[in-house]
Amino acid sequence: MTLQGRNFREDGSLKGVSSVNLHEYQAKRLFAEHGVPIPDGEVATTPSEAREIARELGGRVVVKSQVLTGGRGKAGGIKLANNPDEAEILAGQILGMDIKGFTVRKVLIDKQAPGIAREIYLAVLIDRGRRRPMIMASAAGGMDIEQVAAEAPEKILTVHIEPALGVRSYHSRYLAAGMNMPRELWRDFHNIVSNLYTCFTVNDASLTEINPLVITGENKLLALDGKLSIDDNALYRHPRLADMRDTEEEPEAEREARLSGINFIKLDGNIGCMVNGAGLAMTTMDVIEYFGGSPANFLDIGGGAKAEQVATALRIILSDPNVKAVLFNIFGGITRGDEVARGIVEALEQVQTEVPMVVRLAGTNAAEGMAILADAEMETAATLSEAAQKAVAAAKVQEAQS
Amino acid sequence: MSILVDKNTRLVVSGITGREGAFHTTQMIEYGTHVVAGVTPGKGGQVFEAAGQRVPVFDTVKEAVEETEANASMIIVPARFAPDSIYETADAGIPLIVCLTEHIPILDMISVRSYLDTKGVRLVGPNCPGLLTPEQAKVGFIPGDIAMPGNVGVVSKSGTLTYEVVDALTRRGLGQSTCVGIGGDPINGTDFIDVLRMFEADPETEQIILIGEIGGRAEEDAAAFIDAHMTKRVTAFIAGRTAPPGRRMGHAGAIVEGNTGTAEGKVAALRAAGVRVADHPDQIADMAAE
Repeated sequence: MTLQGRNFREDGSLKGVSSVNLHEYQAKRLFAEHGVPIPDGEVATTPSEAREIARELGGRVVVKSQVLTGGRGKAGGIKLANNPDEAEILAGQILGMDIKGFTVRKVLIDKQAPGIAREIYLAVLIDRGRRRPMIMASAAGGMDIEQVAAEAPEKILTVHIEPALGVRSYHSRYLAAGMNMPRELWRDFHNIVSNLYTCFTVNDASLTEINPLVITGENKLLALDGKLSIDDNALYRHPRLADMRDTEEEPEAEREARLSGINFIKLDGNIGCMVNGAGLAMTTMDVIEYFGGSPANFLDIGGGAKAEQVATALRIILSDPNVKAVLFNIFGGITRGDEVARGIVEALEQVQTEVPMVVRLAGTNAAEGMAILADAEMETAATLSEAAQKAVAAAKVQEAQS
Repeated sequence: MSILVDKNTRLVVSGITGREGAFHTTQMIEYGTHVVAGVTPGKGGQVFEAAGQRVPVFDTVKEAVEETEANASMIIVPARFAPDSIYETADAGIPLIVCLTEHIPILDMISVRSYLDTKGVRLVGPNCPGLLTPEQAKVGFIPGDIAMPGNVGVVSKSGTLTYEVVDALTRRGLGQSTCVGIGGDPINGTDFIDVLRMFEADPETEQIILIGEIGGRAEEDAAAFIDAHMTKRVTAFIAGRTAPPGRRMGHAGAIVEGNTGTAEGKVAALRAAGVRVADHPDQIADMAAE
């Protein structure tokens, strides 16, 4: 029942699941499709739209910034309005606001709940260790759940769900009783838990979260906030969800990489890295630092990378002006050294650059690859340590010259 | 001796006629692996020819097992077909399945693992480089020419990083009993502890190299197991010491948040269990040679 050893990201999702995060308004609409009660509301992109929506909702509304980060309330991105005029003014303040590096482009205008008697936390996620979906609930809703986990883990209740059985009434009764929820709400609570779980499985989610689920002044349950993360690997069977990805919040180079099937994360150093495999890519970064250098990026070209993909990866690396040297570390298994070598040579024909490069190829078809590189007069290395040392030295020379 | 695969392995390859399946099956046959059958639905009756050998292709795994007595399976099919392929192979009675496919949805893997547990079938992977018992059997991507027979057992979450380490061991003159890539997915078939237990019981394995990476808690769990149950020496390496916290590094498992799943935490847990932890891959071989 404690969270010890479970790992949460800031957004509450479990580590180890790479996901597309949806905005609150998208998540809540999906919840509603599955029968979870949410406030009436609509999205606005301008203050005048916000005013019109607030008028239709009766005036008393919440103006909520839609950005993919936590702590919106503390940052001033969620405000109560008592009438359409206030909604317009607040929307004007919130739209364009920067919250933790994200620019607010949309606000959700929700009708205010008719009083809030209690706030509950409710989520469905995956427990890797138990290899089961897990429902987590807490009477300490409305707070950061990681903080609850750290300070009062006994306030968090969990039940694991056997997929073949699904959510049974005793699961939700256990949670409801544990939170001292009024008995007359148990049936509605069961429906919400069951529907949130269905929403989780039907959409291949890695997280569905309601924080808070409130008991209103009218003694009804209502989901005031919503988070939903979708397992990247399952997007192929959810084209509608794939289209909901907010690409405006993704850095340009990372978007280009993703669309090419390349795993790229920009860092602050000056040695660009192109590696096959995530573990080896991290190790290459570690070894660069071990020899006194600093990696400019994490880049995994994946398995079976073709020449074209290598060329794209090189363009992405060189688009960073900080890069003073590039280290290629390719250990072939599924990826073939000759294809990578051809990719490097082709890419260098397309991309004119003075940046020095060091290539280390080993494994499947490495000899063929090395021959191609030798013909192109590229600098090569036999081991990762040697390659890292050469790249660190080359970057230092370039840095001194610039 | 060795673990999981050896010269008695009779392998059926699901996805043998695909581009990657054909390429790697050829490499496995050239290495000396007994590839006895292939499966591609709709291509039953064809023959896959490579390295002077003719491998019959079947429409179903069941037929392949009946005709060839295959006792191990390698699956190299696209992610959307992989769960079906795993279920089919388990139903055909094959006790060892090595699934190389990456990007299988996590909810699919929950069902797969749960079903295999009821059948007593061992799955290695998914999203893994496979197995290699030097000069006996290669099942997967691990390049054969970097390995040599010996007494070091290797178990790893990573793919290419495994090759890096195996290559360093071989250059140091340290051969391997079996190299096992368990994959880095959050839900997989075989974990570090399963493999450590097998190596501990294998008379030919004298010491073990464990290669982990940031994210999850498999390394911490392995440390506890080593402390309690292992008599053989274990040397480890953890990838991702310099990875910035909070960013995903590609592998499903590789994320650092807060102070759990970090390289520091894993290194500390392993050291507390008496495991020596190397700073870079070449150093692993030096430590193992001591």
